[in-house]
Amino acid sequence: MKSNPTINQFGPLLQSPPEIGRGEVILNVNGLVTRLNNDVRIVDDVSFSIKQGETFALLGESGCGKSMTALSLMRLLPDGIRIASGDIKLEKEDILALPEYAMREVRGGQMAMIFQEPGLSLNPVMTVGDQIAETLKLHQELRGDEIRSQCVELLELVGISDAPRRVYEYPFQLSGGMKQRVMIAMALAGQPKLLIADEPTTALDVTIQAQVLKLLRDTQQKTSMALLLITHDLGVVAQMAHQVGVMYAGQIIEQAPREKLFACPAHPYTQKLFAALPDAGRSGQPLAAIPGNVPQLGTPFTACRFAPRCDKAWALCHDKVPVWTQLENGQGVRCHLYSSQMGNEKSNLKVPLSPDSCAAGKEKPEEERIDTPLLQVESLQVHFPIRKGIFQRTVGHVKAVDGVSMSISAGRTLALVGESGCGKTTVGKALLQLITPTAGSVRFAGHELIGISARELRKQRAGMQMIFQDPYASLNPKMRVAEVLQEGMDALSIAKNSDERQRRIDELLEQVGLEKASKWRYPHEFSGGQRQRIAIARVLAVNPNLLICDEPTSALDVSVQAQILNLLKSLQQQLKLSYLFVSHNLAVVEYLAHDVYVMYLGRIVERGTVEEVLRTPKHPYTQALLSAVPRIDGQGMKTIRLAGETPSPSHPPQGCHFHARCAHVMAECREVYPGESILSPTHRVHCHLLGK
Amino acid sequence: MPVILWTDAMIFLLLATVISAVLWVRKRPHLVLPWQRLAKSSMGMVSLLILSLFVLVGLLDTMHYREALPEKSNGQTVYSAEVLSVFDALAKDIKNRNEKTYSAPLAAYLYAKESIETPDGKIRRDYPRLRYGGAHLVDPQSELLGDVLKRTMIGALEGLSIAILLIVAGNWLIFFVKLRTARTSAGQEIRKSNNLIFTFARLIKNKPSRALLITALLMAILLGITVNLAAVYHVLGTDKVGQDVLYLALKSIRTGLVIGTVTTLVMLPFALLLGIAAGYLRGWVDDVIQYLYTVLSSIPSVLLIAAAVLMMQVYIEMHPEWFETAAARADLRLLFLCLILGVTSWTGLCRLLRGETLKLREMEYIQAAQAFGVSSPRILTRHIVPNVMHIVLIAVVMDFSSLVLAEAVLSYVGVGVDPSTMSFGTLINSARLEMGREPMVWWTLTAAFGFMLVLVLSANLFADAVRDAFDPRLNRTEAAA
Repeated sequence: MKSNPTINQFGPLLQSPPEIGRGEVILNVNGLVTRLNNDVRIVDDVSFSIKQGETFALLGESGCGKSMTALSLMRLLPDGIRIASGDIKLEKEDILALPEYAMREVRGGQMAMIFQEPGLSLNPVMTVGDQIAETLKLHQELRGDEIRSQCVELLELVGISDAPRRVYEYPFQLSGGMKQRVMIAMALAGQPKLLIADEPTTALDVTIQAQVLKLLRDTQQKTSMALLLITHDLGVVAQMAHQVGVMYAGQIIEQAPREKLFACPAHPYTQKLFAALPDAGRSGQPLAAIPGNVPQLGTPFTACRFAPRCDKAWALCHDKVPVWTQLENGQGVRCHLYSSQMGNEKSNLKVPLSPDSCAAGKEKPEEERIDTPLLQVESLQVHFPIRKGIFQRTVGHVKAVDGVSMSISAGRTLALVGESGCGKTTVGKALLQLITPTAGSVRFAGHELIGISARELRKQRAGMQMIFQDPYASLNPKMRVAEVLQEGMDALSIAKNSDERQRRIDELLEQVGLEKASKWRYPHEFSGGQRQRIAIARVLAVNPNLLICDEPTSALDVSVQAQILNLLKSLQQQLKLSYLFVSHNLAVVEYLAHDVYVMYLGRIVERGTVEEVLRTPKHPYTQALLSAVPRIDGQGMKTIRLAGETPSPSHPPQGCHFHARCAHVMAECREVYPGESILSPTHRVHCHLLGK
Repeated sequence: MPVILWTDAMIFLLLATVISAVLWVRKRPHLVLPWQRLAKSSMGMVSLLILSLFVLVGLLDTMHYREALPEKSNGQTVYSAEVLSVFDALAKDIKNRNEKTYSAPLAAYLYAKESIETPDGKIRRDYPRLRYGGAHLVDPQSELLGDVLKRTMIGALEGLSIAILLIVAGNWLIFFVKLRTARTSAGQEIRKSNNLIFTFARLIKNKPSRALLITALLMAILLGITVNLAAVYHVLGTDKVGQDVLYLALKSIRTGLVIGTVTTLVMLPFALLLGIAAGYLRGWVDDVIQYLYTVLSSIPSVLLIAAAVLMMQVYIEMHPEWFETAAARADLRLLFLCLILGVTSWTGLCRLLRGETLKLREMEYIQAAQAFGVSSPRILTRHIVPNVMHIVLIAVVMDFSSLVLAEAVLSYVGVGVDPSTMSFGTLINSARLEMGREPMVWWTLTAAFGFMLVLVLSANLFADAVRDAFDPRLNRTEAAA
C-alpha cells in the first residue's frame, strides 16, 4: 500500500464528515430491481441501508442507474419504467406496499429530494416563501403567521442572510447557490428522516459547492437525518460520506465505509476510477484510463458487467455473473477475484497505480523554452454594451474581459482557470475572433489578428482552432463524420482533391483512436467520449498550431475524461501543439498545464507556472479556489470559505474586484485596483498584500 | 389534347419534389427513423390512407385535356372548348345526368311540386319523376326502399370481395418478393404455404397494419355501396340546377388540395429564407424582416385578400383575349388566390424559424464552422436548414387544414375562387340561401360539411402523428432503451 502516497496519505481529514451518534436503520433497500417495459433491468438487485445521521453516497458515472435508484425510492419513476421486485423499508414502513395517497405523505414528509439543477427545480412565478409554505402546509399543521415565521426560520437555517426579505423574492432574484439553499430549505420543511440529494452541487462553482456541502453537513448534524448522496465526484464523496456504494451499470459493485474504500478499493473498477483521476503527480505519464465506455442504460448482461473493460478479467468473468462477496473488513464487492479465489485476495487488493508517482514529476523532461511566443495577447478587452430605452442607448458595459494579457509558446499548455462567469470562455472566443474584441492586440505567429479583413483572417484561421465543452452540441446531428471532418478542409482548402481528403480523414480518425469505418456514421451513434474525439479530429484536420480547449472534459465521465486527457497529451507531444486550456477543474489543470492564469471578473489576478500557482498561491482568491476543491486525499491547506458569490461584471466593485469576498481586505483594497507584483520571472500577482 | 393549367403545373412540381425527397430520405437512416416511427402509429397510417384517397381523386382531377370534336374543319382537328379531366371522364355518368332542379338524396321524385300534364290532358300538381334518379323503377313509391337496400347489400359485398382479393393478391406479391430476396441471399428453401399464412398472421398481429386493414375494408365497402347506388340514383341529391352533389363535392377536393398545397409552395421560400436570415444574420437584416412581418400580420388578412382578388378580377376581365378557355381563366384566379394566401400566411412559420435559428446559431457546431471561416450562406444551407427542416415539415402539414378551411370561408364571402370553380366554399355559398327554404334543402351543405370534415380531420390527425414522430422529447425513452 506504500506505493501510492497521494492516495493513502489521509492525514487528519480536515473536512471529514461529522461524526455523530448514528442510531437505528432509517432506510433499508433489499434486492431492488427496476425495469423498462421491455424487461431490461436498469437498476439490478440493489441493496443497502442507511442509519440515522449517516450519509450514504452512491458513486458512479452517468448512466449507471444512480438517479433511477433514487427515483425508485421516491416512487417517482418516469413512464415506461417500473419497479419489478425488491423491497424498500423506511423505518418499519414498506414503501412499495403503500397506496399512492399515503405515498404523497411520505414524499416530502419523510423522504425529501433535492435535484441537480437549482434553476430548474424552483417555480419561477412563485415567491420563495410561497414555495416553502406549500411544503409546510402539506406536512406540518401550521397556519397563517406560523408558516411565515417557519419559512424565515428555514431560510436562516440554510444560511440565507436577510431571510425576512428573501421570503418575498422570486427565484430569478437569487443566484445559483442561493437557489440550491432554498431547495434544501424546501426539502427540510417537511422534517424528513431521509434526504436524497441527486448531484446537488454538480451545476455549481467550486466555491459555492464548498458552501453547499458544508450546509448539508451542518444540517445533518443539527437534525440527524439520513442523507443519500448521489454523485460522480470522488472528492465530494471523500468530504461527505460515511458509507459508499459504487454503482456500475445498474448494480452496486462495491460497498464499504469511506475510509476503507479510499484506502484499499477492492473492485477493479473502483481501483481504476481512482487511477483515472488526474493530478500533478502524474503529469509526466498517461493516466490509467479505462478503455471503452459505460454500457448504455438497459443493456442486457449475462456476465460480469465490467468484464469487457477490465484488464483483470479472465474466462469466468465473461461467462458468469459474479455474486456479492462480503470481505472480512466490512467491504462488500461483486467480483470473481474475491468470490472464486479468496486466497489471491491480497495480491489483488493492491492499487495498480503508477509505481512511483513522485519520481515521475522529476523525470519529466524539462522542455526547452522557446522564446518567441506563438500567441501574444496584449490587454485584450471584450465589453458588451448594455442597451436601454426606446433608442437603445448604451447605458453601460459588461466588461466580460477587461485587459487580459498572455503569451503562449509553441508546445506548451496555458491554463485559464476561474469560476463560471469570470470571462474565460469569452477570452477563448475573442482570440478566435468569434466575438469581436473591443480593444487590445492579438498577435498569432507574428500576425496581428484584430482589425484585419475577413479574407486576411481566413488565412490565419487554420492556425488556431477550438474544442468545445459539450460534445453533444458541437457536432451537427445531420452530418456524417466524414462530412464533419471535411468541412474545415473545404473551407480552408487544405487538401486538393477528394482522394487526398479521404486519406486525410482516415489518418485523422486513426490519430484520435477511432475506427476508419466510423466515418460514414452519424454523431448520434457515438458516445460522449467518442464524439469529443471526433471534435478533436475535426480541428486537427486543418493542421492547427494552437488549440483552445474550452472545458473539453467537463461533460464527460471520469473514466472517459482520462482517455481524452491522454489523447490531448499525446497529440501535444506528436504534433508540438500549444493549448490554451480553459477550465474550472483544477485537478485537470494540474495534470496538463505548464502555466496557469487565474481569472476573476474579467481580469487575471495571478499567473505563473503550475507549481508556483497551485503549490504556493499568493492571491487570496487563488488560495480560496484551491481550498474549495474537494480532494480525495483530504490533504490541502486550511479551508478558506468564500462568502457570497461572484459580483456581476456589469458593476464590478470599486477598487480590487475581490475585496468584498476577501478575508484579508484592507482599506486600500476598496479604493484602488492593485498593480502587478512580480514575485519571480514567471509568477505575478495583483494584490495589495504583496504590493508592500 | 392534354392541357396543363397553371395549378396543374404547380401540383406536378410539388409531386416531383415529394418523390425526389422520398428518394433522398431513403438513403439517410437518421431521416428515415421518424418516418418509421410514423409507420408504427395506427392513427397516422389510417389518416394517411384516407388522405391518399382524397389525393388520388385530386390527382385524377388534375390531369386535364380537351376532347377532339368529331367534325373537322379544313382537315384540322378541332378541340372542344371545354377542359375535362381524367376524373370527369371516369365520372361521366354522374356528371351528365342533370336533373331539372333540387332532388333529395336517393330520391326518385323532384323536391318541389310542379304542374304536370297527365296523358288525359288534366293538369295536376305533384312531384314529378326524375329524369335519371330511380328512372328504372316502375313504381318508386313501393319499390324504392327495397331497391336501395338491395343495391347497398350488393355494393357492400362487391366492395368487400374486391378489397379482400386485392389484399390477398398484394400479400402474395410481397411474399414472393420476399421469398426471392431470401432465396437469393440465403439460398434456403422455404416452405411456401406455411410462410404465406405466417406473413398474413404477422400482418394481423401488427397493430397499425391491422387498423389499416380494417379501415381499408370499411372504405372498400363504402366505395362499393356508393358506386352501386350512384349508377341509378343521386346519392347526395342534386342542387338548384340539377347537378349531382356527389360529383360537385368530389370535384371540390382538387380545389381544396390545390389551396392547401400550392399555397405552402408559395409560402415556404418566404418563411424559410427570411426566417433563417433574420435569425442568423441579426442586425439590420433582422430588423427589416421583423418589421415586414409585424406590419403584414397586423393587416387583417381577409381585407388584404379581398382587395387583391378584386383587383385581379378586374384585370382578368379587361383582358379576355389572354385565355383560351374558361377553365384557364378560373384556374388563374385560383392560382392567384394561392399566391395571396401564401403571401399573407408566411409570417407565423417565419417567426418560428427565426426563433429556432436564434437558438441554433449559438450551438457549438455553428461556432466551430465559424472558426473554420466557413461562409455564411454555407453555414445557413449546411447547418441551419437541415436542423430546422422538422419544424418546416410539421408546420406545413398543420397549415394544410387551416388553408382548406380558409378557402371555404373566402369563397363564402365571395372573394375566393371563381364562381365556376367547384369548391367547398362555393358549395356552401350556394347552399346558404336554401337553408331558409321550407322544406329545407339540407344535403348540399351536409355534403360539403362531411367531405371537408373528413379531409381536414384526417389531415389534422396525420399532422399530429407527424409531430409526435418528429418530437425528440416524446421519443427519448425509445432512444434510451
